Amino acid sequence: MSLSRTIETPEIGGALGTELAPRKHVLDLDDFTQKEVAGVLGSARSMKEVLGRDIKKVPALRGKVLVTLFYEASTRTRISFEEAGKVLSADVINMSASGSSAEKGESLLNTGLTIQAMGVDTLVIRHPHSGAPHLLAQHLDKVSIINAGDGLHAHPTQALLDLYTVHEKLGSLEGLKVVIVGDVLHSRVARSNIWGFAKMGAKVVLSGPATLMPPDLVRTSENLARSPFASLVEVDTDLDRAIEAADVVMALRLQRERQNAGYLPSLREYTRRWQVTDHRLEKAKSGVMVMHPGPMNEGIEISNSIAHGGNSVIEDQVTNGVAVRMALLYHLTIGSGQEI
Amino acid sequence: MQERQIMNQEGVRRALVRVAHEILEHNRGAEDLIIVGIHTGGVHIARRIAANLAEFEGIEVPVASLDVSLYRDDYRVREQSQTKIQPTEIPMGIHGKRVVLVDDVLYTGRTIRAAMDALVDFGRPQQIQLAILLDRGHRELPIRADYVGQNLPTALEERVKVRLMETDGADEVALIFEDLNPED
Repeated sequence: MSLSRTIETPEIGGALGTELAPRKHVLDLDDFTQKEVAGVLGSARSMKEVLGRDIKKVPALRGKVLVTLFYEASTRTRISFEEAGKVLSADVINMSASGSSAEKGESLLNTGLTIQAMGVDTLVIRHPHSGAPHLLAQHLDKVSIINAGDGLHAHPTQALLDLYTVHEKLGSLEGLKVVIVGDVLHSRVARSNIWGFAKMGAKVVLSGPATLMPPDLVRTSENLARSPFASLVEVDTDLDRAIEAADVVMALRLQRERQNAGYLPSLREYTRRWQVTDHRLEKAKSGVMVMHPGPMNEGIEISNSIAHGGNSVIEDQVTNGVAVRMALLYHLTIGSGQEI
Repeated sequence: MQERQIMNQEGVRRALVRVAHEILEHNRGAEDLIIVGIHTGGVHIARRIAANLAEFEGIEVPVASLDVSLYRDDYRVREQSQTKIQPTEIPMGIHGKRVVLVDDVLYTGRTIRAAMDALVDFGRPQQIQLAILLDRGHRELPIRADYVGQNLPTALEERVKVRLMETDGADEVALIFEDLNPED
């Protein structure tokens, strides 16, 4: 039996870099240059090769400590950070708010200072309040902070893995038409993806009920003047029209509690008008990629047949999430510009 | 900074022809041989050695590429700009094979130490040999090359630059050093 095996890593064009500027934190995508995004995607491709080996372990982060601190539920993000850290030989400690001193009323900052005092190198945080990772980054000077989702604000590592997945399949990001469908208003995944895809030269179209479109992204002269997004994205509440000639369709999870809050008349109407279905996909480009950040409500924002059909890359997104997070952990630790 | 040419195009070519012959002689042929180039310079040199072997013996020797960044022990003292990770591609099993590691310059030996650690994660080669275009000395680990294009004693503060057809348009090895008498 051969002890060696390669995972399929399709040739990514020379556009993807392998050099990165020093970076201490990953809080949002807004401070990433195009070149840096390309650098992360290039490293992620090399990391994916490591994940395909029989021995999925390299000593790069030996002796480094990674803490995942989650104040909200998560399956794939937390586990993929844990796997990424472990494949790179870091020691990984998982903390969740329930069962920790947060339940006794300890503030976020004090929890952060406690973690720093234990000599932790990298802290991955998910928090229901926008800006929580930034607060820690301001006050902790020895720890690298990675935002794994903060409130309605950003989820940069999800956007990077989505960019990687599209680039891996289509070979480029520039000029693509990316349709993001659903509750954009409450989605940090959508916000980070709008940044990411627009930055890499793709055209982003948002579709969903008018009540769930972010008002600051609708093209008005006032918004065009003040929002960096408004000129880069389009809003089209008619999904059948928005999906025409799309290269990528990304469905967002519909949070059911939104209906009680008055954003939707009924789930049935939502499903009828904005579910990603076989019928609607026919209008997109052939070979259109269907994405979903998970967890899915199958039968609501996406039909069962699409979720598990030939156009779906939802499981690739999960695999690639580990590779992209390995690339980020590596670059934060090795390329932080600090004596470590 | 001044630059002095150590090897020209013809010098590089002759060195790699000789290295290929030595590999054949030492291994009594090219059976069970795998050439593994270390990113980035080593990969190009590995392909050339394989091309020479094909020409002399008519045998296609498999070539693989290896990035050792994830196995280094000295990333903390290296320049930030060297934070590169290139794809490692070892499509064939290396278990029981004779692996010839190839790099452009042999210096401290730390890259080769990292490369050997990386290789054994892919299997247990019967033997690992080392081929180098230029050995500049100053080893920090007990490592030596089996095949050397050229030996060049250098001072610690000097730098060696290997330019290759594939990346720079022409083959050349140059020594870069501080000009001690800039007035002359």
